Amino acid sequence: MDATPQLPKPVANADSQPYWAAARERRLLIRRCSACQQLHFMPRYLCPHCWSDQLEWVDSKGAGVVHSFTIIRRAPIATFAGNAPYVVVMVELDEGPRMITNLVGDDALQVAIGDRVSVAFEDRGDGDLLPQFQRSSA
Amino acid sequence: MSKKNATSIKNQVAIVGVGESEIGRVPHMSGLGLNAQAAKRALDESGLKPSDIDGVLTAYSFTEPYFMLGSVLCEYLGIQPRFNASLIAGGASPAVMLKHAAEAIVSGQAETILVCAGENRATGQSRDAAVASLMAVGHPYFEQPYGTSIPGFYAMIAQRHMHVYGTTREQMAEVAVNTRAHALLHPNAHMKKPLTLEEVLAAKPIADPLGMLDCCLISDAGGAFIVTSAERAQDLKAKPIYLQGIGEFHTHEHLMCAPSLTEFGATESGRIAYAMAGLGPQDIDVAELYDCFTIVPIIELEELGFCKPGEGGAFFAEGHARIGGRLPVNTHGGMLSHAHAGAAGGLFGMVEAVRQLRGGLGERQVQGAEVALVHNEGGILSSHCTAILANAKG
Repeated sequence: MDATPQLPKPVANADSQPYWAAARERRLLIRRCSACQQLHFMPRYLCPHCWSDQLEWVDSKGAGVVHSFTIIRRAPIATFAGNAPYVVVMVELDEGPRMITNLVGDDALQVAIGDRVSVAFEDRGDGDLLPQFQRSSA
Repeated sequence: MSKKNATSIKNQVAIVGVGESEIGRVPHMSGLGLNAQAAKRALDESGLKPSDIDGVLTAYSFTEPYFMLGSVLCEYLGIQPRFNASLIAGGASPAVMLKHAAEAIVSGQAETILVCAGENRATGQSRDAAVASLMAVGHPYFEQPYGTSIPGFYAMIAQRHMHVYGTTREQMAEVAVNTRAHALLHPNAHMKKPLTLEEVLAAKPIADPLGMLDCCLISDAGGAFIVTSAERAQDLKAKPIYLQGIGEFHTHEHLMCAPSLTEFGATESGRIAYAMAGLGPQDIDVAELYDCFTIVPIIELEELGFCKPGEGGAFFAEGHARIGGRLPVNTHGGMLSHAHAGAAGGLFGMVEAVRQLRGGLGERQVQGAEVALVHNEGGILSSHCTAILANAKG
């Protein structure tokens, strides 16, 4: 995928630094609680299910299903205007957690709920990669 | 989930004045000016004096650069209260502010509280700036980098509702048509022209399946209401409208963390409000539901028990939500056609409920309206608050 440096770059903070570092290696990390074993997306200091602070990072297989989607026809800010129409999807990972990304690929606009998708990484410049999804059949 | 019901504040407070500023494009007034105009109109209606106000609650503003908005508004109005806050629960703020006001009055922290919100969102900034500032509702690190938008989030909810229940684009469009028909009966509504189903369906697409006319307005508007103790309410100018039940529930902020795209917190906020009021959906004569996008009142009708899950779209399409129908919804025209300006959007539902319960609205009047339900939601169906009001103590 072509570099699109004008688009927002990932911003890492203390909660998410390992997530974005892994993305630079084309790996999708999610959080698992060592106490209750539940997985969650959006890294944070404690487990949102049991409040244990004993958390570990695990590699997601990067596969899931489209839980819902929209095709953005009018971009919210000028930065994305050149991309419109583009697809925003809520992906339910096979491991359970849900995340929101774009659906990328030539057939993205034919998206439907239930489509199988797999992780892809979009170059946002300077080695920063943003997890995205594409249809698995592609 | 709480096991214990809240201490009832039923029958203990009343709304004794409501006010709307000029609405639409009002470039000759500032955001604070719109708040002040609405507050003045609400106070005049009640017959109270500014010195009677000992509490003030307001929400937030995207257009004016103030930090402590609660204090800023009091300063602007020349009020030195013993109870004050700026409360941010997005669109849910007005109903949550009513709840906080009621609790403060019942616990003796204040007797008469002004609840006020509004912004010059149409003319205080460019349309692009308005849309861009709302992008901040998306998660800054995990949603915004994907070009998400508020219409886009609600579109994903609509898409899921269509997938699970068979709700149609046309049924959502009927919500916009419905509210516009009501707005035409309101002298102060932003939108003044009739709207057809075909026009809604043909409107510029924003985020599939939502078009421009599935999205709420961007208005200059301020709204206000005055809450006081039931005792103090007895001898005022306006007929008191009593709070019967109120409940809130919060499940997430960002859509990626929502527990479900088809089940939200309105079911629980409604349950709390109904339990406090000792009433159920069958007792409600008129409902003012949050309608930032056409899918939202469909979901709220279902969650608040006015129809079964999946039947909200048909409820609108079959005309049950019209004035004269089974349950008139958004009799002022809602945020789709009356006004939307930040937290004032949902506040106008409260204003309209009070007016309906007082009666005398002519063509717009829901005949025999005695009990009204107001539902506000904020974020992406994240924060919910349901209020039940009546024109007599229950």
